[in-house]
Amino acid sequence: MTVIETPAAAQVAKEATGGAGEPPVSDRLRHERRLGWRLSAPAFVVMILVTAYPLGYALVLSLFKYRLTDPGARKFVGLQNYLTVLTDPIWWSSFVTTAVITLASVAVELVLGFGFAWVMFRILRGRSLVRTAILVPYGIITVVSAFIWRYAFQLDSGFVNQWFGLGDMNWFGDRWSSLFVITLSEIWKTTPFISLLLLAGLVQVPEELLEAARVDGATAWQRLWKVVLPNMKAAIMVAVLFRTLDAWRIFDNPFIMTAGANDTETLSILAYRQNVTLVNLGAGSSVSVLLFLTVVLIAFVFIKGFKTDLSQVRGDR
Amino acid sequence: MDGRRTSHWWTFWGVLILAWAAFPLLWMVSLAFKSPATFRSSSGFWPKEWTWENFQTVFRDELFTSALRNSFGISIIATLLSVIIAMFAAYAIARLDFRGKKLLLSMALAIAMFPQAALVGPLFNMWRGLGIYDTWIGLIIPYLTFALPLSIWTMSAFFRQIPWEMEQAAQVDGATAWQAFRKVIVPLAAPGVFTTAILTFFFCWNEFLLAASLTSTNRARTVPAALSFFTGASQFESPVTAVMAASVVVTIPVVVLVLLFQRRIVAGLTSGAVKG
Repeated sequence: MTVIETPAAAQVAKEATGGAGEPPVSDRLRHERRLGWRLSAPAFVVMILVTAYPLGYALVLSLFKYRLTDPGARKFVGLQNYLTVLTDPIWWSSFVTTAVITLASVAVELVLGFGFAWVMFRILRGRSLVRTAILVPYGIITVVSAFIWRYAFQLDSGFVNQWFGLGDMNWFGDRWSSLFVITLSEIWKTTPFISLLLLAGLVQVPEELLEAARVDGATAWQRLWKVVLPNMKAAIMVAVLFRTLDAWRIFDNPFIMTAGANDTETLSILAYRQNVTLVNLGAGSSVSVLLFLTVVLIAFVFIKGFKTDLSQVRGDR
Repeated sequence: MDGRRTSHWWTFWGVLILAWAAFPLLWMVSLAFKSPATFRSSSGFWPKEWTWENFQTVFRDELFTSALRNSFGISIIATLLSVIIAMFAAYAIARLDFRGKKLLLSMALAIAMFPQAALVGPLFNMWRGLGIYDTWIGLIIPYLTFALPLSIWTMSAFFRQIPWEMEQAAQVDGATAWQAFRKVIVPLAAPGVFTTAILTFFFCWNEFLLAASLTSTNRARTVPAALSFFTGASQFESPVTAVMAASVVVTIPVVVLVLLFQRRIVAGLTSGAVKG
């Protein structure tokens, strides 16, 4: 550890030994606290301004029947909008679509991403080349990647049907084949991110442990399940949590591919369509609030249920 | 154990990953060079004859050129502001002891998980009321908000690794406070700040949902939003090849940044999430 890392920590320690109860706050410490608040105030303000306030506003709007095209008819309806949304098959169809894309893409990406991480970990020649290549899908605009995949499968421009002898199959004419292409594009675009996180976890698995297991005669498969994976559990959980929430909010890919046709509308597209396209701000806001609640629920399940350790992510040790 | 043979295997898998990453890009380039009149009949992978026509089309189109301008302007301004604001916060997190530290980090985490789609309705309404709907500033403000968590994490992870005591050491050796900061700390902090800027730029350059919701004309529409509304040179011509040409153009900056700063980007992406 560094010697003079935080002068305040030493100060606190010194004072803590001094007397019982609240240690007296020194000028130095008070100054440091004030400086800390001042330096982080702009970040606090910007982050709250654009999230907490609009979310509160959405909460209020969601209790009204309110259409921008007919502002005169604005009227308080209580929880009526929520009831309408939750009993509407469109909400549940979007919910299922979002869940299918999320589960499929996260599951495939986890396996594929681990494979990529393993290759990047073990490869001797061209490691930086592979890493560079993997960053391109990560950096590319999602809308662009969606167009690339759409045009590859689309009837008039695509090569997929020709290559696989599928004739006139219309991939975007049916819910499940559309979801297949959407998920494929999502997987291509976001596996790099998960694989880099997994690689960071992989390099932390102690090499001695692997060596010891090998000497004890463990097979490669046993070493993977008994040594490698348990030792990188934290990295896996963090990667899965982040990717799950990311996929749950999916918008760009399905919007470009189908714009929600054939029951491929995701929750984010539903919120967008109600609020921006239909300017149905009352019901739209209740969709927004419900979407927010689903995200909170997922995060809660991961953090409390699966005990995902986020202290590493947050950076407080 | 044949180490040499396994090493060949890893190279083989590495080549497969390369192909996996490059294949869709090759398809994009191929389609961008196909003729808009005949791309349907030549439904093979590569064009029968290569043409620059699509690039001429998109650069003649005001929709695309203004989108390019908007994208660069908005992304660069939002990146600069976000990095500056995050720099103060990250310094406070890395160096100072204050109660808000945990709150700030938890809030950044919450915002990173926040569903942006839940905000488009209220923001759309508020921005129209404030008169900043369809303006640069109207996009820069929410971009700042959603880029800040990434910027704060990445930078505070970098700042933590800086041996700050060198500053005092330099002052003991007779440097003034300003000299110590400029000659010792700035060179140590610069790579982290720079990496953060690249990642933040990627985020802003990529963003689509807010751009599609909070803009309506060439005034502020960014590239992703413009692409999604692009209908082609005329309404009788398919936009497919032109969209791909535009895609090639906007992918070039990404590829250049990745090629130049591969190592830094990887370090930045993983530093915030998993600490060694």
